[in-house]
Amino acid sequence: MADEKFDVIVVGAGVAGSTAAYLLAKQGLEVVLIERGPYPGSKNLSGGVLYGKVLHQVIPNYWEEAPVERAINNQVVTFMTEDASFNIDFKTQAFNRPPYNAFTVLRAKFDRWLAGKAEEAGAMLVPGIKVDKVLKEGDRVVGVIAGEEEMLAGVVIAADGANSFLAQEAGLRGKLPTDQVAVGVKELIGLPRETIEERFHLNGSEGTAYSIVGFATRGVAGGGFLYTNLDSLSVGLVIRLDDLLEAKLKPADIFEEFLQHPMVAALTKDGKLLEYGAHLVPEGGLEMMPRIFTDGMLLAGDAAGLGVNNGFVVRGMDLAIGSAIAAAETVVEAKAKGDFSARALGAYQTKLDGSFVMADMRTYARTPRFFQKERLYKTYPAMLADLMTQIYTQEAQPKEHVMTMARTSAKDCQVSLLDLARDMLDGARAL
Amino acid sequence: MRRMSVPEKLAVNKYDLDEGHPHIEVHEEVCREKCPDLACLFVCPANVYSEVNGKIVADWAGCLECGTCKVACPSDALYWVYPRGGFGVVYRSG
Repeated sequence: MADEKFDVIVVGAGVAGSTAAYLLAKQGLEVVLIERGPYPGSKNLSGGVLYGKVLHQVIPNYWEEAPVERAINNQVVTFMTEDASFNIDFKTQAFNRPPYNAFTVLRAKFDRWLAGKAEEAGAMLVPGIKVDKVLKEGDRVVGVIAGEEEMLAGVVIAADGANSFLAQEAGLRGKLPTDQVAVGVKELIGLPRETIEERFHLNGSEGTAYSIVGFATRGVAGGGFLYTNLDSLSVGLVIRLDDLLEAKLKPADIFEEFLQHPMVAALTKDGKLLEYGAHLVPEGGLEMMPRIFTDGMLLAGDAAGLGVNNGFVVRGMDLAIGSAIAAAETVVEAKAKGDFSARALGAYQTKLDGSFVMADMRTYARTPRFFQKERLYKTYPAMLADLMTQIYTQEAQPKEHVMTMARTSAKDCQVSLLDLARDMLDGARAL
Repeated sequence: MRRMSVPEKLAVNKYDLDEGHPHIEVHEEVCREKCPDLACLFVCPANVYSEVNGKIVADWAGCLECGTCKVACPSDALYWVYPRGGFGVVYRSG
Protein backbone atom coordinates (compact mmCIF):
# COMPACT_ATOMS: atom_id res chain seq x y z
CA MET A 1 0.00 0.00 0.00
CA ALA A 2 2.98 2.26 0.57
CA ASP A 3 3.19 3.48 -3.02
CA GLU A 4 -0.48 4.22 -3.31
CA LYS A 5 -1.71 7.60 -2.21
CA PHE A 6 -5.30 8.12 -1.11
CA ASP A 7 -7.18 11.37 -1.13
CA VAL A 8 -8.22 10.85 2.48
CA ILE A 9 -7.34 8.54 5.34
CA VAL A 10 -10.00 8.53 8.06
CA VAL A 11 -8.77 7.08 11.36
CA GLY A 12 -11.56 5.58 13.45
CA ALA A 13 -14.86 4.13 12.22
CA GLY A 14 -17.08 5.67 14.86
CA VAL A 15 -19.95 7.98 13.96
CA ALA A 16 -17.64 10.90 13.05
CA GLY A 17 -15.24 8.82 10.96
CA SER A 18 -17.84 6.78 9.12
CA THR A 19 -20.02 9.81 8.36
CA ALA A 20 -17.01 11.68 6.95
CA ALA A 21 -15.93 8.64 4.92
CA TYR A 22 -19.47 8.18 3.60
CA LEU A 23 -19.81 11.81 2.47
CA LEU A 24 -16.33 11.91 0.92
CA ALA A 25 -16.74 8.63 -0.95
CA LYS A 26 -20.09 9.82 -2.27
CA GLN A 27 -18.28 12.82 -3.74
CA GLY A 28 -15.97 10.46 -5.57
CA LEU A 29 -12.88 10.85 -3.40
CA GLU A 30 -10.64 7.88 -2.69
CA VAL A 31 -11.14 7.21 0.98
CA VAL A 32 -9.69 4.60 3.30
CA LEU A 33 -11.39 4.16 6.67
CA ILE A 34 -9.12 2.54 9.27
CA GLU A 35 -10.52 0.93 12.41
CA ARG A 36 -8.41 -0.64 15.15
CA GLY A 37 -11.17 -2.98 16.34
CA PRO A 38 -12.03 -6.23 14.55
CA TYR A 39 -15.18 -4.49 13.27
CA PRO A 40 -16.53 -0.92 13.47
CA GLY A 41 -18.13 -0.28 16.85
CA SER A 42 -16.22 -3.03 18.64
CA LYS A 43 -14.23 -0.43 20.62
CA ASN A 44 -17.03 2.07 20.97
CA LEU A 45 -19.29 2.71 23.87
CA SER A 46 -21.73 5.51 24.46
CA GLY A 47 -24.51 6.19 26.91
CA GLY A 48 -26.57 5.38 23.90
CA VAL A 49 -28.93 8.23 22.99
CA LEU A 50 -28.46 9.57 19.47
CA TYR A 51 -30.13 12.92 18.75
CA GLY A 52 -30.47 11.96 15.12
CA LYS A 53 -31.92 14.94 13.24
CA VAL A 54 -28.49 15.73 11.81
CA LEU A 55 -28.10 12.13 10.62
CA HIS A 56 -31.45 12.49 8.84
CA GLN A 57 -29.78 15.27 6.78
CA VAL A 58 -26.97 12.90 5.78
CA ILE A 59 -29.01 9.72 5.33
CA PRO A 60 -32.69 10.65 4.96
CA ASN A 61 -35.05 8.40 6.95
CA TYR A 62 -32.06 6.59 8.43
CA TRP A 63 -34.30 4.96 11.05
CA GLU A 64 -35.88 2.80 8.35
CA GLU A 65 -32.62 0.94 7.80
CA ALA A 66 -30.33 1.69 10.76
CA PRO A 67 -30.28 -0.66 13.75
CA VAL A 68 -31.90 1.81 16.17
CA GLU A 69 -33.43 0.57 19.42
CA ARG A 70 -36.20 2.81 20.77
CA ALA A 71 -37.49 6.28 19.86
CA ILE A 72 -36.92 8.24 23.05
CA ASN A 73 -40.09 10.18 23.80
CA ASN A 74 -39.99 10.00 27.59
CA GLN A 75 -37.22 12.07 29.23
CA VAL A 76 -36.81 11.96 32.98
CA VAL A 77 -34.49 13.94 35.26
CA THR A 78 -34.04 12.35 38.69
CA PHE A 79 -32.63 13.97 41.82
CA MET A 80 -31.50 11.08 43.95
CA THR A 81 -30.60 10.64 47.60
CA GLU A 82 -29.77 7.45 49.43
CA ASP A 83 -33.41 6.55 49.90
CA ALA A 84 -35.42 9.04 47.87
CA SER A 85 -35.81 10.10 44.27
CA PHE A 86 -37.54 13.16 42.82
CA ASN A 87 -38.39 13.00 39.11
CA ILE A 88 -39.19 15.52 36.43
CA ASP A 89 -40.89 13.31 33.90
CA PHE A 90 -41.75 14.49 30.40
CA LYS A 91 -43.39 12.44 27.67
CA THR A 92 -44.58 13.54 24.24
CA GLN A 93 -45.84 11.81 21.12
CA ALA A 94 -44.16 14.57 19.09
CA PHE A 95 -40.86 12.73 19.67
CA ASN A 96 -42.39 9.47 18.47
CA ARG A 97 -43.00 10.57 14.90
CA PRO A 98 -40.62 10.99 11.93
CA PRO A 99 -38.08 12.54 11.84
CA TYR A 100 -37.88 11.49 15.54
CA ASN A 101 -35.95 13.46 18.14
CA ALA A 102 -33.68 10.74 19.49
CA PHE A 103 -33.10 7.00 19.43
CA THR A 104 -31.22 4.69 21.71
CA VAL A 105 -28.52 2.85 19.80
CA LEU A 106 -26.01 0.13 20.61
CA ARG A 107 -22.74 1.21 19.07
CA ALA A 108 -21.39 -2.19 18.05
CA LYS A 109 -24.46 -2.61 15.83
CA PHE A 110 -25.03 0.99 14.83
CA ASP A 111 -21.43 1.85 13.92
CA ARG A 112 -21.14 -1.32 11.90
CA TRP A 113 -24.15 -0.23 9.88
CA LEU A 114 -22.85 3.31 9.37
CA ALA A 115 -19.40 2.08 8.29
CA GLY A 116 -21.24 -0.25 5.89
CA LYS A 117 -22.91 2.79 4.34
CA ALA A 118 -19.46 4.35 3.84
CA GLU A 119 -18.30 1.13 2.18
CA GLU A 120 -21.36 1.05 -0.09
CA ALA A 121 -20.55 4.61 -1.11
CA GLY A 122 -17.07 3.45 -2.14
CA ALA A 123 -14.85 3.94 0.91
CA MET A 124 -12.35 1.20 1.66
CA LEU A 125 -12.89 -0.09 5.18
CA VAL A 126 -9.81 -1.59 6.84
CA PRO A 127 -10.64 -3.05 10.27
CA GLY A 128 -8.19 -4.64 12.70
CA ILE A 129 -5.43 -2.12 12.00
CA LYS A 130 -4.16 0.26 14.65
CA VAL A 131 -2.66 3.52 13.45
CA ASP A 132 0.39 4.11 15.62
CA LYS A 133 1.50 7.50 14.40
CA VAL A 134 0.94 10.25 11.92
CA LEU A 135 3.45 10.36 9.09
CA LYS A 136 5.00 13.79 8.70
CA GLU A 137 7.11 15.63 6.19
CA GLY A 138 8.46 18.54 8.16
CA ASP A 139 5.43 19.90 10.02
CA ARG A 140 2.98 18.62 7.46
CA VAL A 141 0.93 15.46 8.02
CA VAL A 142 1.18 13.33 4.87
CA GLY A 143 -0.25 10.03 6.05
CA VAL A 144 -0.22 7.49 8.86
CA ILE A 145 2.02 4.74 10.16
CA ALA A 146 0.52 1.41 11.20
CA GLY A 147 3.09 -1.13 12.36
CA GLU A 148 5.67 -1.39 9.59
CA GLU A 149 3.38 0.12 7.05
CA GLU A 150 3.16 3.70 5.86
CA MET A 151 0.06 4.98 4.11
CA LEU A 152 -0.02 8.28 2.28
CA ALA A 153 -2.92 10.66 1.79
CA GLY A 154 -3.67 14.25 0.88
CA VAL A 155 -5.38 14.66 4.21
CA VAL A 156 -5.88 12.64 7.40
CA ILE A 157 -9.12 12.97 9.36
CA ALA A 158 -8.41 11.91 12.94
CA ALA A 159 -11.68 10.60 14.34
CA ASP A 160 -9.89 8.42 16.86
CA GLY A 161 -11.94 9.23 19.91
CA ALA A 162 -11.66 11.05 23.22
CA ASN A 163 -8.07 9.91 23.83
CA SER A 164 -6.99 11.00 20.32
CA PHE A 165 -3.33 10.13 20.45
CA LEU A 166 -3.09 11.40 16.87
CA ALA A 167 -4.18 14.91 17.90
CA GLN A 168 -1.54 14.90 20.62
CA GLU A 169 1.10 13.64 18.27
CA ALA A 170 0.30 16.16 15.57
CA GLY A 171 0.81 18.84 18.22
CA LEU A 172 -2.83 19.97 18.18
CA ARG A 173 -3.13 19.53 21.92
CA GLY A 174 -1.26 18.35 24.97
CA LYS A 175 -2.08 15.67 27.49
CA LEU A 176 -5.74 15.73 28.55
CA PRO A 177 -6.27 17.56 31.86
CA THR A 178 -8.25 15.70 34.54
CA ASP A 179 -10.86 18.47 34.87
CA GLN A 180 -11.84 18.19 31.23
CA VAL A 181 -12.73 14.53 30.99
CA ALA A 182 -15.09 12.17 32.72
CA VAL A 183 -14.97 8.41 33.00
CA GLY A 184 -18.09 6.67 31.76
CA VAL A 185 -18.99 3.21 33.01
CA LYS A 186 -21.93 1.27 31.67
CA GLU A 187 -23.70 -2.03 32.01
CA LEU A 188 -25.95 -3.46 29.40
CA ILE A 189 -28.68 -5.36 31.20
CA GLY A 190 -30.85 -7.80 29.29
CA LEU A 191 -34.61 -8.00 29.96
CA PRO A 192 -37.48 -9.34 27.86
CA ARG A 193 -39.01 -6.74 25.58
CA GLU A 194 -42.47 -7.09 27.18
CA THR A 195 -41.01 -6.57 30.67
CA ILE A 196 -39.35 -3.34 29.57
CA GLU A 197 -42.53 -2.06 27.93
CA GLU A 198 -44.64 -2.86 31.02
CA ARG A 199 -42.10 -1.54 33.50
CA PHE A 200 -41.55 1.78 31.73
CA HIS A 201 -45.14 2.17 30.42
CA LEU A 202 -44.04 2.09 26.80
CA ASN A 203 -46.18 1.47 23.75
CA GLY A 204 -44.37 -0.40 20.98
CA SER A 205 -40.94 1.03 20.32
CA GLU A 206 -41.30 4.13 22.52
CA GLY A 207 -38.39 4.65 24.88
CA THR A 208 -37.40 6.29 28.16
CA ALA A 209 -34.17 8.08 29.07
CA TYR A 210 -33.29 8.96 32.68
CA SER A 211 -30.58 11.46 33.71
CA ILE A 212 -29.85 11.03 37.39
CA VAL A 213 -28.00 13.42 39.69
CA GLY A 214 -26.98 13.21 43.35
CA PHE A 215 -26.51 9.90 45.16
CA ALA A 216 -25.98 8.21 41.76
CA THR A 217 -22.34 9.32 41.95
CA ARG A 218 -22.12 9.46 45.77
CA GLY A 219 -21.95 13.23 45.48
CA VAL A 220 -18.95 13.15 43.15
CA ALA A 221 -19.40 15.49 40.16
CA GLY A 222 -21.20 13.66 37.39
CA GLY A 223 -24.42 11.81 36.89
CA GLY A 224 -26.14 8.58 36.12
CA PHE A 225 -28.20 7.44 33.17
CA LEU A 226 -30.64 4.68 32.40
CA TYR A 227 -31.87 4.20 28.86
CA THR A 228 -34.28 1.66 27.40
CA ASN A 229 -33.23 -0.39 24.37
CA LEU A 230 -35.50 -2.91 22.66
CA ASP A 231 -34.67 -5.81 24.95
CA SER A 232 -32.02 -4.36 27.23
CA LEU A 233 -31.27 -1.37 29.45
CA SER A 234 -28.14 0.79 29.23
CA VAL A 235 -27.33 1.83 32.79
CA GLY A 236 -24.29 3.85 33.66
CA LEU A 237 -22.45 6.70 35.30
CA VAL A 238 -20.34 9.55 33.98
CA ILE A 239 -17.94 10.76 36.67
CA ARG A 240 -15.68 13.80 36.36
CA LEU A 241 -12.12 12.63 36.75
CA ASP A 242 -10.73 15.52 38.84
CA ASP A 243 -13.48 15.06 41.41
CA LEU A 244 -13.05 11.28 41.43
CA LEU A 245 -9.34 11.73 42.11
CA GLU A 246 -10.17 13.99 45.03
CA ALA A 247 -12.77 11.59 46.45
CA LYS A 248 -10.39 8.64 45.94
CA LEU A 249 -13.32 6.37 45.15
CA LYS A 250 -13.40 3.49 42.70
CA PRO A 251 -15.81 4.02 39.79
CA ALA A 252 -16.79 0.35 39.91
CA ASP A 253 -17.75 0.68 43.60
CA ILE A 254 -19.81 3.85 43.07
CA PHE A 255 -21.48 2.12 40.15
CA GLU A 256 -22.36 -1.02 42.10
CA GLU A 257 -23.95 1.14 44.86
CA PHE A 258 -25.93 2.98 42.18
CA LEU A 259 -27.18 -0.34 40.80
CA GLN A 260 -28.30 -1.35 44.29
CA HIS A 261 -30.26 1.89 44.86
CA PRO A 262 -33.95 0.99 45.35
CA MET A 263 -35.03 2.98 42.29
CA VAL A 264 -32.42 1.44 39.97
CA ALA A 265 -32.80 -2.01 41.52
CA ALA A 266 -36.54 -1.97 40.81
CA LEU A 267 -36.05 -0.86 37.21
CA THR A 268 -33.38 -3.49 36.50
CA LYS A 269 -34.95 -6.33 38.55
CA ASP A 270 -34.41 -9.84 37.12
CA GLY A 271 -32.11 -8.41 34.46
CA LYS A 272 -29.03 -10.22 33.25
CA LEU A 273 -25.67 -8.52 32.75
CA LEU A 274 -24.77 -8.72 29.06
CA GLU A 275 -21.76 -6.40 28.92
CA TYR A 276 -19.65 -4.13 31.14
CA GLY A 277 -17.78 -1.26 29.55
CA ALA A 278 -15.96 1.99 30.17
CA HIS A 279 -15.07 4.96 28.04
CA LEU A 280 -13.62 8.42 28.40
CA VAL A 281 -16.02 11.34 27.83
CA PRO A 282 -14.89 14.84 26.75
CA GLU A 283 -16.54 17.14 29.28
CA GLY A 284 -14.51 20.33 29.10
CA GLY A 285 -16.81 22.01 26.58
CA LEU A 286 -15.60 24.93 24.53
CA GLU A 287 -12.56 25.48 26.76
CA MET A 288 -11.06 22.06 26.12
CA MET A 289 -11.33 22.17 22.36
CA PRO A 290 -7.95 21.69 20.74
CA ARG A 291 -6.94 23.33 17.49
CA ILE A 292 -8.94 21.24 15.03
CA PHE A 293 -6.84 21.54 11.90
CA THR A 294 -3.23 21.64 10.81
CA ASP A 295 -1.32 21.05 7.58
CA GLY A 296 -2.76 17.83 6.17
CA MET A 297 -4.99 16.91 9.11
CA LEU A 298 -8.42 17.58 10.67
CA LEU A 299 -9.98 16.39 13.95
CA ALA A 300 -13.61 15.27 14.20
CA GLY A 301 -15.97 14.02 16.90
CA ASP A 302 -14.68 13.19 20.40
CA ALA A 303 -11.13 13.74 19.14
CA ALA A 304 -12.07 17.40 18.66
CA GLY A 305 -13.45 17.49 22.22
CA LEU A 306 -17.05 17.91 21.06
CA GLY A 307 -19.56 17.22 23.81
CA VAL A 308 -22.52 18.97 25.40
CA ASN A 309 -23.95 18.05 28.78
CA ASN A 310 -26.56 20.40 30.18
CA GLY A 311 -27.88 18.04 32.82
CA PHE A 312 -30.99 17.20 30.81
CA VAL A 313 -29.29 15.79 27.73
CA VAL A 314 -25.81 14.44 27.15
CA ARG A 315 -24.77 14.76 23.53
CA GLY A 316 -21.77 13.69 21.52
CA MET A 317 -22.78 11.58 18.55
CA ASP A 318 -24.86 14.30 16.87
CA LEU A 319 -21.99 16.78 17.28
CA ALA A 320 -19.64 14.17 15.85
CA ILE A 321 -21.86 13.85 12.77
CA GLY A 322 -22.08 17.65 12.47
CA SER A 323 -18.28 17.92 12.60
CA ALA A 324 -17.95 15.16 10.00
CA ILE A 325 -20.21 17.08 7.60
CA ALA A 326 -18.06 20.22 7.97
CA ALA A 327 -14.85 18.19 7.63
CA ALA A 328 -16.07 16.41 4.49
CA GLU A 329 -17.14 19.68 2.82
CA THR A 330 -13.76 21.20 3.63
CA VAL A 331 -11.85 18.25 2.21
CA VAL A 332 -13.92 18.18 -1.00
CA GLU A 333 -13.12 21.87 -1.57
CA ALA A 334 -9.46 21.41 -0.67
CA LYS A 335 -9.20 18.49 -3.09
CA ALA A 336 -10.73 20.60 -5.88
CA LYS A 337 -8.07 23.25 -5.26
CA GLY A 338 -5.36 20.65 -4.77
CA ASP A 339 -4.42 22.39 -1.52
CA PHE A 340 -4.43 20.54 1.81
CA SER A 341 -2.40 23.15 3.69
CA ALA A 342 -3.57 24.50 7.06
CA ARG A 343 -4.60 27.64 5.19
CA ALA A 344 -7.05 25.71 2.99
CA LEU A 345 -8.18 23.39 5.79
CA GLY A 346 -8.90 26.42 7.98
CA ALA A 347 -12.26 26.51 6.18
CA TYR A 348 -13.20 23.62 8.52
CA GLN A 349 -13.09 25.94 11.52
CA THR A 350 -15.24 28.51 9.69
CA LYS A 351 -17.79 25.90 8.63
CA LEU A 352 -17.94 24.35 12.08
CA ASP A 353 -18.25 27.81 13.70
CA GLY A 354 -21.21 28.49 11.44
CA SER A 355 -22.94 25.18 12.19
CA PHE A 356 -25.15 24.04 15.07
CA VAL A 357 -22.13 22.24 16.51
CA MET A 358 -20.19 25.31 17.59
CA ALA A 359 -23.38 27.29 18.21
CA ASP A 360 -24.27 24.71 20.86
CA MET A 361 -20.71 24.51 22.19
CA ARG A 362 -20.87 28.30 22.67
CA THR A 363 -24.39 28.27 24.13
CA TYR A 364 -23.31 25.74 26.73
CA ALA A 365 -19.80 27.13 27.24
CA ARG A 366 -20.62 27.98 30.86
CA THR A 367 -22.11 24.60 31.77
CA PRO A 368 -18.87 22.75 32.56
CA ARG A 369 -18.06 25.43 35.17
CA PHE A 370 -21.60 25.43 36.50
CA PHE A 371 -21.39 21.67 36.90
CA GLN A 372 -18.33 22.11 39.10
CA LYS A 373 -20.62 23.30 41.91
CA GLU A 374 -20.51 20.74 44.65
CA ARG A 375 -23.97 21.70 45.90
CA LEU A 376 -25.53 20.24 42.75
CA TYR A 377 -24.44 16.74 43.62
CA LYS A 378 -24.36 16.83 47.39
CA THR A 379 -26.86 19.37 48.65
CA TYR A 380 -29.73 20.04 46.26
CA PRO A 381 -30.90 16.44 45.77
CA ALA A 382 -31.02 16.11 49.58
CA MET A 383 -32.84 19.42 49.89
CA LEU A 384 -35.46 18.43 47.35
CA ALA A 385 -35.99 15.05 49.00
CA ASP A 386 -36.31 16.77 52.38
CA LEU A 387 -38.86 19.25 51.02
CA MET A 388 -40.95 16.59 49.28
CA THR A 389 -40.88 14.44 52.41
CA GLN A 390 -42.16 17.41 54.43
CA ILE A 391 -44.87 18.19 51.87
CA TYR A 392 -46.22 14.66 51.83
CA THR A 393 -45.77 13.85 55.52
CA GLN A 394 -49.07 14.08 57.38
CA GLU A 395 -48.67 14.29 61.16
CA ALA A 396 -51.55 14.62 63.59
CA GLN A 397 -50.89 18.35 63.90
CA PRO A 398 -51.32 21.48 61.78
CA LYS A 399 -49.10 21.73 58.69
CA GLU A 400 -46.77 24.56 57.79
CA HIS A 401 -47.01 26.57 54.62
CA VAL A 402 -44.95 25.14 51.72
CA MET A 403 -42.67 28.20 51.64
CA THR A 404 -41.89 27.73 55.32
CA MET A 405 -41.04 24.10 54.62
CA ALA A 406 -38.77 25.16 51.76
CA ARG A 407 -36.90 27.54 54.05
CA THR A 408 -36.57 24.77 56.64
CA SER A 409 -35.17 22.37 54.01
CA ALA A 410 -32.64 24.94 52.87
CA LYS A 411 -31.63 25.57 56.49
CA ASP A 412 -31.41 21.85 57.28
CA CYS A 413 -29.13 21.35 54.30
CA GLN A 414 -27.06 24.41 55.24
CA VAL A 415 -27.80 26.34 52.07
CA SER A 416 -28.09 30.09 52.46
CA LEU A 417 -30.80 31.80 50.42
CA LEU A 418 -28.02 33.85 48.83
CA ASP A 419 -26.21 30.68 47.64
CA LEU A 420 -29.48 29.33 46.33
CA ALA A 421 -30.26 32.53 44.44
CA ARG A 422 -26.75 32.69 43.04
CA ASP A 423 -26.82 29.06 41.90
CA MET A 424 -30.22 29.51 40.29
CA LEU A 425 -28.97 32.56 38.41
CA ASP A 426 -25.78 30.78 37.33
CA GLY A 427 -27.85 27.78 36.33
CA ALA A 428 -30.17 29.90 34.22
CA ARG A 429 -27.15 31.46 32.50
CA ALA A 430 -25.33 28.16 32.00
CA LEU A 431 -28.27 26.22 30.64
CA MET B 1 -29.86 -7.76 40.40
CA ARG B 2 -27.42 -9.38 42.77
CA ARG B 3 -24.14 -7.68 43.54
CA MET B 4 -21.33 -8.64 41.18
CA SER B 5 -17.61 -8.15 41.54
CA VAL B 6 -15.55 -6.48 38.83
CA PRO B 7 -13.90 -9.78 37.74
CA GLU B 8 -17.37 -11.35 37.43
CA LYS B 9 -18.49 -8.43 35.26
CA LEU B 10 -15.39 -8.59 33.06
CA ALA B 11 -15.93 -12.32 32.61
CA VAL B 12 -19.16 -11.53 30.74
CA ASN B 13 -17.22 -9.50 28.14
CA LYS B 14 -15.52 -10.75 25.02
CA TYR B 15 -11.76 -10.22 24.68
CA ASP B 16 -9.32 -11.22 21.98
CA LEU B 17 -6.23 -11.51 24.11
CA ASP B 18 -2.90 -10.60 22.50
CA GLU B 19 -0.85 -13.03 24.53
CA GLY B 20 2.71 -12.01 25.13
CA HIS B 21 2.09 -8.42 24.03
CA PRO B 22 1.14 -6.34 27.07
CA HIS B 23 -0.15 -2.90 26.07
CA ILE B 24 0.36 -1.49 29.58
CA GLU B 25 3.57 -1.22 31.58
CA VAL B 26 4.02 0.38 34.97
CA HIS B 27 7.32 2.10 35.67
CA GLU B 28 7.38 1.34 39.37
CA GLU B 29 10.40 3.42 40.19
CA VAL B 30 8.62 6.57 38.90
CA CYS B 31 5.48 5.79 40.98
CA ARG B 32 7.49 5.39 44.16
CA GLU B 33 9.43 8.54 43.57
CA LYS B 34 6.82 10.92 42.21
CA CYS B 35 3.27 9.75 42.87
CA PRO B 36 1.78 10.22 46.34
CA ASP B 37 -1.76 9.10 45.53
CA LEU B 38 -1.22 6.09 43.25
CA ALA B 39 -4.37 7.10 41.39
CA CYS B 40 -4.21 4.09 39.07
CA LEU B 41 -5.08 1.84 42.02
CA PHE B 42 -8.57 3.33 42.27
CA VAL B 43 -9.56 5.19 39.06
CA CYS B 44 -9.60 2.18 36.75
CA PRO B 45 -13.18 0.91 36.14
CA ALA B 46 -11.80 -2.56 35.43
CA ASN B 47 -9.53 -2.62 38.50
CA VAL B 48 -6.60 -3.46 36.24
CA TYR B 49 -4.05 -2.13 38.73
CA SER B 50 -3.25 -3.66 42.07
CA GLU B 51 -0.44 -3.81 44.58
CA VAL B 52 1.19 -7.21 44.79
CA ASN B 53 4.05 -7.66 47.28
CA GLY B 54 4.46 -3.91 47.42
CA LYS B 55 4.67 -3.55 43.64
CA ILE B 56 2.07 -2.07 41.31
CA VAL B 57 1.10 -4.56 38.66
CA ALA B 58 -1.23 -4.20 35.69
CA ASP B 59 -3.51 -7.10 34.84
CA TRP B 60 -3.84 -5.72 31.32
CA ALA B 61 -5.95 -8.57 29.95
CA GLY B 62 -9.12 -7.09 31.51
CA CYS B 63 -8.49 -3.55 30.27
CA LEU B 64 -11.57 -1.80 28.82
CA GLU B 65 -9.29 0.61 26.90
CA CYS B 66 -10.94 3.77 28.27
CA GLY B 67 -7.64 5.57 28.97
CA THR B 68 -8.71 6.95 32.37
CA CYS B 69 -5.51 5.74 34.07
CA LYS B 70 -3.33 7.44 31.50
CA VAL B 71 -5.07 10.80 32.05
CA ALA B 72 -5.09 10.35 35.84
CA CYS B 73 -1.41 9.37 36.14
CA PRO B 74 0.39 12.56 37.21
CA SER B 75 3.91 11.30 36.67
CA ASP B 76 3.97 9.62 33.27
CA ALA B 77 4.79 6.36 34.99
CA LEU B 78 2.42 4.48 32.71
CA TYR B 79 3.22 3.20 29.30
CA TRP B 80 -0.32 2.82 28.00
CA VAL B 81 -1.25 2.31 24.37
CA TYR B 82 -4.17 0.62 22.66
CA PRO B 83 -3.67 -3.11 22.06
CA ARG B 84 -2.48 -4.10 18.61
CA GLY B 85 -5.10 -3.93 15.87
CA GLY B 86 -7.88 -6.49 16.27
CA PHE B 87 -6.96 -7.37 19.87
CA GLY B 88 -8.32 -6.37 23.27
CA VAL B 89 -11.89 -5.84 24.40
CA VAL B 90 -14.52 -6.53 21.72
CA TYR B 91 -17.83 -4.86 22.49
CA ARG B 92 -20.67 -6.91 21.11
CA SER B 93 -23.26 -4.27 21.98
CA GLY B 94 -21.42 -1.13 23.04
